Amino acid sequence: MTVSPLDFLLPGVRSLGRHPVQGLLTMVAWLTLWALIVLRRGRIVETFSGGAFDEWLAFGSILVGLYIIVRLSRQMKTESPRRSESQRSLAWSRFRRHRPAMLGLGLVSVLAMAALLTPYLAPYDPSIQGADLVATRFRPPSLAHPMGTDHFGRDVLSRVLYGGRTSLAIGTLAVLIAVTLGTLIGAVAGYRRGWVDTVSMRGVDLLLSFPRLVLLITVVALVDPSIAVITLVLGLTGWMATSRLVRGEVLSLREREFVQAARALGFSGPRILLRHVIPNVASPIIVAATLGIGNTILIEASLSFLGLGVPAPAPSWGEMVARGRDAMIEAPWITLFPGLAIVLTVMSFNLIGDGLRDALDPRSAGRGPAPTDRRAVGGAGATRAVGAASGAIGS
Amino acid sequence: MNAPARGVAPLLEVRDLRVRFESAGETAARAVEGVSFTLARGETLGLVGESGCGKSLTALSIPRLVDEPPAQTSADSSILFRGEELVGASQQRLRQLRGAEIGFVFQEPMTSLNPVHRVGDQVAEALWTRGEVSRKQAKTIALELLDRVEFRDPRRAMRAYPHELSGGMRQRALIAMAVACEPSLLIADEPTTALDVTVQAQILELLASLQADTGLALLLISHDLAVVSQVADRVAVMYAGRIVETGTARQVFGSPRHPYTEGLLRAVPTIDGAGGSLAMIPGRVPRPDAWPSGCTFHPRCPYAWDRCETDEPDLREGATSSGWVGARCWLEDEPAKRSGTGYAEVDS
Repeated sequence: MTVSPLDFLLPGVRSLGRHPVQGLLTMVAWLTLWALIVLRRGRIVETFSGGAFDEWLAFGSILVGLYIIVRLSRQMKTESPRRSESQRSLAWSRFRRHRPAMLGLGLVSVLAMAALLTPYLAPYDPSIQGADLVATRFRPPSLAHPMGTDHFGRDVLSRVLYGGRTSLAIGTLAVLIAVTLGTLIGAVAGYRRGWVDTVSMRGVDLLLSFPRLVLLITVVALVDPSIAVITLVLGLTGWMATSRLVRGEVLSLREREFVQAARALGFSGPRILLRHVIPNVASPIIVAATLGIGNTILIEASLSFLGLGVPAPAPSWGEMVARGRDAMIEAPWITLFPGLAIVLTVMSFNLIGDGLRDALDPRSAGRGPAPTDRRAVGGAGATRAVGAASGAIGS
Repeated sequence: MNAPARGVAPLLEVRDLRVRFESAGETAARAVEGVSFTLARGETLGLVGESGCGKSLTALSIPRLVDEPPAQTSADSSILFRGEELVGASQQRLRQLRGAEIGFVFQEPMTSLNPVHRVGDQVAEALWTRGEVSRKQAKTIALELLDRVEFRDPRRAMRAYPHELSGGMRQRALIAMAVACEPSLLIADEPTTALDVTVQAQILELLASLQADTGLALLLISHDLAVVSQVADRVAVMYAGRIVETGTARQVFGSPRHPYTEGLLRAVPTIDGAGGSLAMIPGRVPRPDAWPSGCTFHPRCPYAWDRCETDEPDLREGATSSGWVGARCWLEDEPAKRSGTGYAEVDS
């Protein structure tokens, strides 16, 4: 198909005939981004005259977002001429057919975009209190404050947005740390075996025998919590399960012929491990990481709820739920929206994780996921998130 | 099995290789028990034997690819490659030799390629990791190699993932990887076993033509006598961790001296039915932790007498009118004992 100026003015519009849903979504995303630029032009101009890092990040995200939309809409039209397919691209096509997972992916994309664009999206500064405290506090949702205001007269929407970026950042970074650490430790243990394996896996057993939350509370009580500390601590306490998983996979992979063949070609141990063994464990690692993000966000919220998380006045979902619980009857919106945000985020990551598991697990290849089974799994993830959040609200 | 001295040192000389597996509370399994052979440049040696006779272990021992522990190589064993001792060599030195000087082709083409990388990248990786060529040059050479191993569309094979190739194509790719750095020795451990017969022939032809091109020495391990007889210059027959007979391919297959070889050959059906009914070697290969006393083959040997049960014969080699041959059998001393019907025949 030829390129027309329309592709750059309104990408997606020409795909409407063949892919109505994707085309529509593309258009909506495109228009939203442009609307943001137009509505927030004042803020964007400010960015150029000495904006903070997160404003530059937000501006960069807009540009990248627009670029991705154009790319995706072009790809949609020039649907692949059959070329060599990697297992990964086969898995992607399976993943695309997994509706709950695609829904999760969509929600996470929106959340991630919202987190990146927060400085432009948030209508108010999250820590600014109303001028007249009595008049501005506990305002129910209105046009000026779509999610109402809290007991200090702060805008809940802004706080949910800013809290979201904290939660997402902590969740992804902590999982990144945990998964990297767990993969390396597990892979080395499984590949070297012998005393390395024994020592590290007994260490894992030991660490796993502590309840994670208690461990976290202890550490946070010893060190002053900050976002960096919380991230690090969550990362350093979350790698054990991954390392066990990776070790198990590597134990069987190291006996596979292609590892033997790599040794016979004179490749060094680290090269074999990093380039030949670990990529073959990627699928379970990716699934574990995705599910781990949701879980970590939940734990971070629990910590904040207990007052041990991100220090005030920085907004965080857990802390908002905790603060709002005194006023739950009079002003339920203070706890409802951050609670809803937790549920939505955790559920989305769980849905993606389930979809990835189905797409990447070779045993389910071709057969596709059994529909009842899938619903059960997705439902369980969602229920867990809801339960945890409502538990947090309830207490 | 010392080849007749030709004034040149052999490329590979394996002397008294002993590998055993020891585990607590159990008898050590002496899987390879005193194997010796030499391989000259450009020569093809076929190593034949039933499953479990130690031939793969012997092959893996040469580039020291056997995990130690659990395996243990006797300190008296010697593997001289171009005059360099490999038993006890440093890991670093062995890594330099593997791939570059000693190529290895494995039995299972279906699983010997890494499923997550493109075939071209894997062949190229064998080249650029040595640091002698850039990645880009490696790709060019890899393409030439895939062309050399007779891919019909080497460009497409470069981009393909292993699961998109057939078994024969994968084995070609693996051979390309093994010979990428132009090794002087190629060890092929049952390279055709997993392939069907027509593809087998193509792979054997490919190995032979590579050998003719580059003058590499080939150590071909197989349980398939037909495969070995097609390409090998010399043959060594292994049984129970030992070499029981050596000789030229013609010699060993034409007039076997060891009863085991005789039994193996008589168990192979011929297409015209010549040679009468098939024979069967009774019993099975003994376990490596319980080799029989005396000659390890005596419980299955149709000619065995009391001496075979108590004394173990040596592999005695020497020049005969038909070449350099040897057998590990007391019949060498007392040929008159080779009498009677030999192996029982099975109705066919």
